[in-house]
Amino acid sequence: MRELITLRVNGERREVAVLPHHTLLEVLREDLGLTGTKHGCELGECGACTVLIDGVPMLSCLTLPVEVQEAEITTIEGLEQNGKLHPLQETFAELGAAQCGYCTPGILLSGAALLQANPRPSREQIKEALAGNLCRCTGYTKIYEAVEAAAERMQGGAS
Amino acid sequence: MKQQQDEQVQKAHPPYKIIGTPRPKVDAYSKVTGRALYADDIMLPRMLYGRLVRSPHPHARILSIDTHKALELPGVIAIITGEDLPQKYGILPSSQDEYALAIDKVRYVGDPVVAIAALDPDILDEAAKLIHVEYEVLPALMSIDEALAHPEVKINDEARIGNIHKAVSYEFGEVEAGFAEADYIREDWFYYEGNNHAPIEEHACVANWEPNPSDPVGGKLTLWSSTQTPHYVHRELSKVLGIPQSHIRVIAPNVGGGFGGKSDPFSHEICAAELSRRTGRPVKITCTREEVFLIHRGRHPVKMWIKTGVKRDGTLTAMHFRSFLDGGAYGSYGIATTYYTGALQTVTYKLPAYKFEGMRLFTNKPPCGPKRGHGTTQPRYAVEVHMDKIAHDLGMDPVEFRRHNLIEPYTRTVNGLRITSCALSECLDQVVEHSGWKAFRLAKQSGTSDQRTDHADAKSNQTTKRGLGLAASSYICGAGKPIYWNDLPHSAVQIRLDRGGGVTVYCGSTDIGQGSTSILAYIVAEELGIQPEQIHMETADTSLTPVDLGSYSSRVTFMAGNAAIAAARKLKDQLFSVAAEQLHTPVEQLESAGGMIFDTNDPGNTLPFVKAVQLAEARYGALVAAGSYAPPEGIHGDYKGAGVGPSPAYSYSACVAQVAVDVETGEVAVEKLWMAHDVGQSINPLLVAGQVEGGAYMGYGEALMEQQIFRKGRHKIPSLLDYKLATTFDTPEIETILVEVPDREGPFGGKEAGQGPLNPVIPAIANAVYDAIGVRIDEVPITADKVLGALKARGQAKGAGQPPTVKPVEIPSLWPTRLIKWQPEEIELARSNGNGQHADMRVPAKGEKS
Repeated sequence: MRELITLRVNGERREVAVLPHHTLLEVLREDLGLTGTKHGCELGECGACTVLIDGVPMLSCLTLPVEVQEAEITTIEGLEQNGKLHPLQETFAELGAAQCGYCTPGILLSGAALLQANPRPSREQIKEALAGNLCRCTGYTKIYEAVEAAAERMQGGAS
Repeated sequence: MKQQQDEQVQKAHPPYKIIGTPRPKVDAYSKVTGRALYADDIMLPRMLYGRLVRSPHPHARILSIDTHKALELPGVIAIITGEDLPQKYGILPSSQDEYALAIDKVRYVGDPVVAIAALDPDILDEAAKLIHVEYEVLPALMSIDEALAHPEVKINDEARIGNIHKAVSYEFGEVEAGFAEADYIREDWFYYEGNNHAPIEEHACVANWEPNPSDPVGGKLTLWSSTQTPHYVHRELSKVLGIPQSHIRVIAPNVGGGFGGKSDPFSHEICAAELSRRTGRPVKITCTREEVFLIHRGRHPVKMWIKTGVKRDGTLTAMHFRSFLDGGAYGSYGIATTYYTGALQTVTYKLPAYKFEGMRLFTNKPPCGPKRGHGTTQPRYAVEVHMDKIAHDLGMDPVEFRRHNLIEPYTRTVNGLRITSCALSECLDQVVEHSGWKAFRLAKQSGTSDQRTDHADAKSNQTTKRGLGLAASSYICGAGKPIYWNDLPHSAVQIRLDRGGGVTVYCGSTDIGQGSTSILAYIVAEELGIQPEQIHMETADTSLTPVDLGSYSSRVTFMAGNAAIAAARKLKDQLFSVAAEQLHTPVEQLESAGGMIFDTNDPGNTLPFVKAVQLAEARYGALVAAGSYAPPEGIHGDYKGAGVGPSPAYSYSACVAQVAVDVETGEVAVEKLWMAHDVGQSINPLLVAGQVEGGAYMGYGEALMEQQIFRKGRHKIPSLLDYKLATTFDTPEIETILVEVPDREGPFGGKEAGQGPLNPVIPAIANAVYDAIGVRIDEVPITADKVLGALKARGQAKGAGQPPTVKPVEIPSLWPTRLIKWQPEEIELARSNGNGQHADMRVPAKGEKS
């Protein structure tokens, strides 16, 4: 039996009838049409479904919507604000950090949470923040470079 | 930073405005904003969900299938079984051995048996439990040795003798004389365990049948699928469903990684299409991660034996190479893979005589197929470690030994392959210099410590041993022959110019993340003198786009790139002819850049691109041009089987790996990889470096952690938790050096980068492990238990040397196929007879009129 709940997603209040056993991943993609959140395992192994719950990266495939009714949920669609890209989105595009692009939404959200908490992360801190997000294309190098470039850009540094 | 890079590249390549400059991919912004649609993101009105019910047994006869209970479940709309799709198919015309759903027999755990369509995935879960299949379990063969030992257990009828799917045997040059000439001969066995591509996107598709009662065929089918080869899927769907190709449209939307794993036509694609046809509703099937491991088509496990003769000065005199491939249950690309394990040994080093015997066996495991480096990764690993051993035996520096035998540009190999550009020597120079190879070796030989060992902390100093290893390799820039025999183009590009200045490029090529769509935009932009962002790209749609054979064999930049140049130049000729009149300037003096056509002698005399398009449309009518590409003739020998290995060009790569091995735990850490790649000419250096880094990362995982292991007939670790993919913590630092020596036939001189750079990484790491701890582990992955086992075995051998780590295959006394002998002179004769006249065919350089 479906249950009517209210979620706050990307600053919008969304009423949605969910099956209580469906994960946040399923509800975001299937019920709310937010297909930017990806899935690669449905078991919490790959990090592709990462979203921010009150600014903290969480795996939407291991989260039940009823648990996060009071929280602010940010998906990749909400990282862009008023038509302006997050600096990470700019640098990922400019520096070739997204190849197939499938892990990219999850990595961008993990990266955004990192830069929020730590505006000048070291390479080691970037690795730690992204250790739960598997990328099969890039070898991570361009991802590190893009996170570092975004950090610099957010500090108002030269790009 | 970016600007600086831009300037450097511009200086290095003054004739190009776009080519060779780092810039975003044309689809970068849709990917970083979540807008990019992948197959599973497609949702259509009234769409049903589908699922395959798979075999729980590695080998069994199907006695009965009962679907009644499942069909009665509310919400289940349709169920099909093997009888509903009785037409065999397979990617290779010579391996038509798969059914969409098993008939009579299942051959691996995961073989699809039943397909269900229902209103939602929850109902599918219920329905799958209600399907009852009665099996008679048969003995299962789970390894190369078991498959050879039990010919009486016939897995697949494609095998003529026992479970031998394919056996090949070749001798090029005088092998016996070559060995007789040698001062030293060495033999080794190696084992490569194989692995899965593990793209982060699981395979998915949506099929939509639109009935049309006035059409004798009954309607048209559209399939969106995460495939690397829409053209081949198109053909196989038509065959199995009995629907003419004219009524089928296959579209590859954004594909979330492939690496070879999305190159076959798959059961879930065919079943989704059939379920859609039966229900008249769209059907989506998305595979789970476990299913991705089961449908597999991954790297073949291969046992290899090599015998090489060498003179005292290091000159190679002959090589005899044998490969035994564990093919899994079906053919897939396996016949090509078998050839590939032998064909390219001659492309890296000069071999005056070469014998190759290969054999692929059926086993009761998920079918193997092509993975990045297709069939060449395993022998490259074996040969490069073998070379390292020979260098060590001869007391030569591994770099000097390799350098002494390097293949030379614009030559022929002993098996008849045409070599064009080759900058392997420069690649070796670069990795040797950047890694400090010489200083490290000197320090090691003199017993002094290289400074990098001093950085280690006190504890690790006691048990950690460091080493450097090197390897070289080569790879094809596109298969010289298509998968099915034909004399049609391998790639075609169509360009349409709109009077408003719009440019639309149509090509069947499939972007799986490597950037093939962007490459075409850059090339057309360079030719027409506009910005890539101005171009609208339509790709990978069998109804809209001319055929490109697919994203396999590292073919797209080379082949579609040349087709794009050919198409763009036709339009450019039309634009320039009207511009010449308008600007009162000879055509030869015109150039185009920045959206303008201008007189090179009077750069102020310009005509905007849009205006030129309008004038040309007024003169010539609608502006549409097509270009196509097929590899030149005369690039291979004239023996049966010569079609695997030839390519219009070869890329070259070299790698140095630095490892730290903990002799107490057996743990191997790769601290750094230096990669040099001969790419001919970067179309976009950012994307080339990305391919090199991705290849290095994937090679690293194959070398140390990715395991393809089975227990009681089942894949033991079909999840991303247990199957180890390198994370940010594991992946070593990668330093990439691009070596740019333009190829005469490549688009702007460009060559491949997608696959080649993976190949040297695995042997470089293996050689570094030996350099660090003095023992060889002649199989990959090199896991901690194998390191400890080898150290222990050496200790027990008490100076008698290290016992071999790989158990040899019992070789049949008679190789089960006819030996084909071929001498390289024959091709020289053919060339002088005029048959090789196209061998020097090439795409003219920029500015040169063809």
